[in-house]
Amino acid sequence: MSEIEKIDGFTEEEQLDFEAELQEGYADIEDRYAVDTQQGFENVLVVDNIPVIDDSKKQKLIDRLRQLFAKAGAPIEEENISMPWDDKAATNKGFIFLTYPDAQQAENALRALDGSSFGKSTLYVNRFGDIERYANLPVGEGELPTGWREKSYVEKDHLRSWLGDNAGRDQYLTFRDTDVSIWWNGRNGNAEPVKVDGKPLKNSKWGELYLQWSPLGTYLTSLHRVGVALWSGPKLDGPIGVNVLRFTHPGVRLIQYSPCENYLVTWSEEPLDNFENHPNAALRETFGPEDEGNTFVVWDIKAQRVLRTFPPEKPVQGEDGPQQMPWPLFKWSPDDAYIAKVNVGSGIAVYELPGMGLLDKKSIKIEGVQNFEWCPMSDKDFAARKAGKGKECSFVFWTPEAQNQPARVSIMSIPSRNILRAKNLFNVTDCKFYWQSQGDFLCVKVDRHARKAKSKKATFCNLELFRVREKDYPVEVIEFKDYVPQFAWEPQGNRFAMVSSNDPNYGQGIPGVVIKYNIDFYQLDQKKGDFIPIKHLDGKIANTLVWSPRGRHIALATIGSSQKFDVEFWDLDFVVDERREASEPGANVTMLASGEHYGITDIAWDPSGRYLATSASAWRQTPEPGYCIWDFKGQQLVHQPQDRFKQFLWRNRPSTLLSKDQIKKVRKELKEYSRTFDEEDAAEENRGSAEKLAQRQRDISEWNAWRARNNKKIDERRAQLGKEKKVTVVNHQDDERVEEIVEELIDETEEVVVG
Amino acid sequence: MKPIILQGHERSLTQIVFNSEGDLLFSASKDSVVNAWFTSNGERLGTFGGIKGDGGHNGTVWTVAVDSQTRFLITGAADNTMKLWEIATGKCLFTWDFLTAVKRVAWNEEDDTILSITEQRSGQPSIIRIYKINRDEPTMQTTTPITTMTLSGSKATVALWTPLSEYILTGHESGKVAKYDVKSGEEVNYVDDAHKGEITDIQSSPDGTYFITSSKDKTARIFDSETLEEMKVFPTETPLNSACIAPLRPYIILGGGQDAMSVTTTSQRAGKFESRFWHKLFEEEVGRVKGHFGPINTLAVHPQGKAYASGAEDGFVRVHWFDESYFRSRPFGDLEPEVEV
Repeated sequence: MSEIEKIDGFTEEEQLDFEAELQEGYADIEDRYAVDTQQGFENVLVVDNIPVIDDSKKQKLIDRLRQLFAKAGAPIEEENISMPWDDKAATNKGFIFLTYPDAQQAENALRALDGSSFGKSTLYVNRFGDIERYANLPVGEGELPTGWREKSYVEKDHLRSWLGDNAGRDQYLTFRDTDVSIWWNGRNGNAEPVKVDGKPLKNSKWGELYLQWSPLGTYLTSLHRVGVALWSGPKLDGPIGVNVLRFTHPGVRLIQYSPCENYLVTWSEEPLDNFENHPNAALRETFGPEDEGNTFVVWDIKAQRVLRTFPPEKPVQGEDGPQQMPWPLFKWSPDDAYIAKVNVGSGIAVYELPGMGLLDKKSIKIEGVQNFEWCPMSDKDFAARKAGKGKECSFVFWTPEAQNQPARVSIMSIPSRNILRAKNLFNVTDCKFYWQSQGDFLCVKVDRHARKAKSKKATFCNLELFRVREKDYPVEVIEFKDYVPQFAWEPQGNRFAMVSSNDPNYGQGIPGVVIKYNIDFYQLDQKKGDFIPIKHLDGKIANTLVWSPRGRHIALATIGSSQKFDVEFWDLDFVVDERREASEPGANVTMLASGEHYGITDIAWDPSGRYLATSASAWRQTPEPGYCIWDFKGQQLVHQPQDRFKQFLWRNRPSTLLSKDQIKKVRKELKEYSRTFDEEDAAEENRGSAEKLAQRQRDISEWNAWRARNNKKIDERRAQLGKEKKVTVVNHQDDERVEEIVEELIDETEEVVVG
Repeated sequence: MKPIILQGHERSLTQIVFNSEGDLLFSASKDSVVNAWFTSNGERLGTFGGIKGDGGHNGTVWTVAVDSQTRFLITGAADNTMKLWEIATGKCLFTWDFLTAVKRVAWNEEDDTILSITEQRSGQPSIIRIYKINRDEPTMQTTTPITTMTLSGSKATVALWTPLSEYILTGHESGKVAKYDVKSGEEVNYVDDAHKGEITDIQSSPDGTYFITSSKDKTARIFDSETLEEMKVFPTETPLNSACIAPLRPYIILGGGQDAMSVTTTSQRAGKFESRFWHKLFEEEVGRVKGHFGPINTLAVHPQGKAYASGAEDGFVRVHWFDESYFRSRPFGDLEPEVEV
C-alpha cells in the first residue's frame, strides 16, 4: 500500500481503482513481456562474492579481476563487465555480470573461474539463467522436492556402552577358523562371553578375512572381499547405516583409521573399475568415472562417503622377502586435521580434511625426502587446541646425503611450513623415527655406515634424541657400535628401552642359531636434562619390547625364533629399597617372572596394562596356534591352544574422561575403593566356582543315570540270550607278587696261583 | 611314574594290547614280529615269528588281539595273512590268506569268534569277515567266514565287538562310525560325520557300554555303544592315533602327534608326542606324559587300570605303572562318578 499512499491528490475510490489495476492489469503485461531468463542469456555469468568497495577502488578492482580472469584462461573486455552499484551505500553490490561473446566461452569461463580465490575470498560463478531458475523452484522454505525420500531417523545404539561395565573389564576378540568370539576379560583369566539378551555375541559374517578394532574401540572392523564393514553398539550389529556401516571397496586388503575415528583409508590391490553401468548400486553410487584405476580410498566414516581416491603406489621390497605395500602409506595427523603421504624423493603431500584438498593447493617440495612421521599430541595439547591456543601440528622427515650436502632430519610445522629444527647427519644409511606417545621426545634412530665404506650397508647406529618440549629442541646423541633392531619409548614416560646386537650371526638368517641381544634401559635425568643408561642386560634372547600402555612394566619376548619362545616380565619401579633408588637409578629394574609361550607370534598388552596376551596365529605358520593371557606379574592365567587360531585382539579404549585431579583423588582413596572391589571379587569367585561345581555335579549325575540305564538294558538282554556275565578273575586285594632275583657281582679278584 | 621302556622292535609300533590279567603285553610292529612282554619288569617273554621260516609274518604286522584266557593270539599283517598263535609256545597254529592286508582283528567276549578287516586295495573292497574259532583243535580252522560284510562306502579302519557279541562297531576312513549285525551282516546304525577325519582307533569301556574313538581330526569322542549317540568330545591340537579308557579312575588317555612325514627337525615339543590324560566327564585335560620322540601310534591300558602303555613311531613301548598319587589325587575335588572296573 505504501506506493499508493505516496500518490497524492486522488480520492479513495480512484486509489482503489489504481490498486485493482496494479494487481490485475499489470499481470497481463508482465506475462506478455516476461523475459525468459533461461534463453538468450547463455553467454552471461554472475560472479558472486567479490569484495565490496567504494567508487575510488572500482577501476582497480575491475583491472585486477580482469587480470585474474585472463590468467585463468577466460579473458574478458572491460565493457563486458557490468557491476551493479548500490547508490545508497556508495559501494558495489558484491557481484558482477560477465557477458561473453558466446555460450561456449561462457561455459569455459564458468569452469575456469568457479571456486578460484581472489585475495581472501573465493569467487562463485553461476550461469545467469541458473540463478533465476533456482530462485523460482517450486519448493518452499522447509519443503522437500518431489521424489525425495526422507529416511526416518533411527537412533544409534550407544557406541561406547562397553566402557560402562561394572567391573571395568576389557573386551577381547578371538578369531578361530571362521568363528569370531568376543569375551570379557575377568579377573584371573576368567573369560566370559560378551552377551546380548542372554546370547553370546556371534556373527557368521565377521570371520571372512580379518578383523580390527578402531583406535578408540568404537567399531569392530571386518574385512570382506567386497569391502569393509564397521560394527558398533552393544550388539555390534544393527540397522545398516546406523550401527553397521558399510564401505564398498572390492578386494580391500588394508585399512587404516584416523586417530579420532573420523576417517578411514582403504587399499585394494585391484584398481577400481568404471562402475557407471555396474549392476551393484552401491558401487555405482559410491564411485565416479574419475575414480577409475585408483586403489586408495579415503572415507568419511560418519557421512559414509568417499572423500577422495588415489592412484596405486608401487609396493616396495619388504625386509623379509616378498614385495609389500608399505603401510600405513597415508599418515594422519593426531587431530584428524591432515592426512599426508610422502612422495619419496620429491616431497610430502599434505591434504586438509574434510575437503581432501592439498594444503595451500600444492604439496611440500622437499628434495630427496625419504620418510616422515607426525608428532603425536598429548591430552594437554588437545585441551589447548580446544581452547584455541594450541601448537600447530608438526612432523619430522629426513633427506639423505646428496652432492656435498649432508643428510638432514627436520621438524616442520603444519600448516605454516616452518622448519622448527633441523639437524645434519653424516654417513646415513637409513633413519627411523620414534615419537614418545605424548610428543615429548623424538628419537631418530640413524643407521650409519663407515665413512669410506664401499657398500652403504649399515654397520652401526646413532640415537638422536630430541627433547621436543624444550626450547630450541635440544638434541642428545648416543652412539652404538651395534645394530639396534628395536627401540621403544615408555608410553607417557621419560624412559626408553632398546635392543641391540653385536652377534655376528645377526641378520644372516641361519636356521637353528639363537641370536644374542643386549637390552638397555635409559632414563631422562631430570637435573641434567639428558638421558642416562640405567640398566644393561647382556646376552638376552628376547628381541621384542612391549611396554605396558601405562608405562612402568615391559615385556621382553622372543618372537620369530624356531627354538625360543620366552616371555619375560619386567618392572622398572619395583621398589625394594627407597634409599637405594635415590643413589642408583635403575636399581629397581627387576624381572618379575619369565614364561614361555610355545610358538608365539604376537604379543599385546590390554588397554589397562594389567594383562598381556600372547598369541600364536595359524597365519604365521606356528607349530601350535592358540593364545595365552598373563597378568603383569608374569603369571599365566589362560592357556588356550586352538587349532586354526588366527587372531587375538584387545578392544581399544578411548583415553580417560577423568581430570588430573579426579585421578589424583582416586589414587589417594585407593584403599577405600579397593575394599569394595575385593569384596566383589570374592563374591564373584565363589559364584564362578559354584557354577562350575553345579555343572560338574550335573555332568556326573547325568553320566551315572545313563550308565545305570545302559547296564540294566544290557543285563536284561544278557538274560534273554541266556549268557552269563563274565566275572573278572583277578582279585584286587592280593596282587600278584613278582619276585625278581638279581645277582650282582660285587667284587672279583684274580689271583695267580703259582704251582 | 618311571616308565619301563621296552626295546625290542626295529621299526615303529602298530598296536599293543594287554592280556586280561594285565601281566603280559603284546606288541605288533612294522618289523613283522609280535613280541610278548612281562609288564612288571619289561622282560621279553618271547617273539611270534622271530625266526625266518617258522611261519611268521612277512611284512608289517598291523594288528594283534589276545583272547581273555591268554591262550591264543590273532595277528593280521601286510603280507595279506591273518594268523592264529599259541601263546604258551609261540607256534603259529593256522594261517588265513587274503587278497589284501589285514588291518584289524578282534576277539569277541566268548573267545569263540573273531573279526578281521581287510584293506581296500587294487580293486579289492574293504571286507569285514567273522570267523568261528575252533578252540579244541586250534590247527583245524575253517577258512569260510560265518558272515562277510563287503563295504561299499568308505573303508573301515578299526572295529570292535559289542558286549554281547551281537554287533560289531566300526570306525571308517571318512570319519563314520557304524554298527553291524554280526549274524545278518547288515548295517544297523551309523553316524556319518562322527569325526571330520579318519578314525584311527576304537577302544571300548571296561563294560563295553560305551567306546572311545580317536581321529586325525584332532579329537577323541565317546559314543554310546547302543545308540551311537555322542556322549563326550575331547578336542586337542594334534592328530590323534589312539585313545583308551582307563578303568578305576575317570580318565581317558589320548596319544598322537604330527605325522611322521610332517615332523620337522625342530624341537621334540613341536611334535606333541605326549600321552594326554583327560577327565572323561568334564572334558578337561588333567595331565601329560612325555617321553616318546615320535608320534604315539597306539595306547593300551591295563585291564585293572593299574598301568598304561604307549607304542610309538620311534619303535619303543613305554609301560607306565601308575603311582599312588594317581589313584589318590582329585583334580576336581571330591566330585567323582561311580567307579567302573
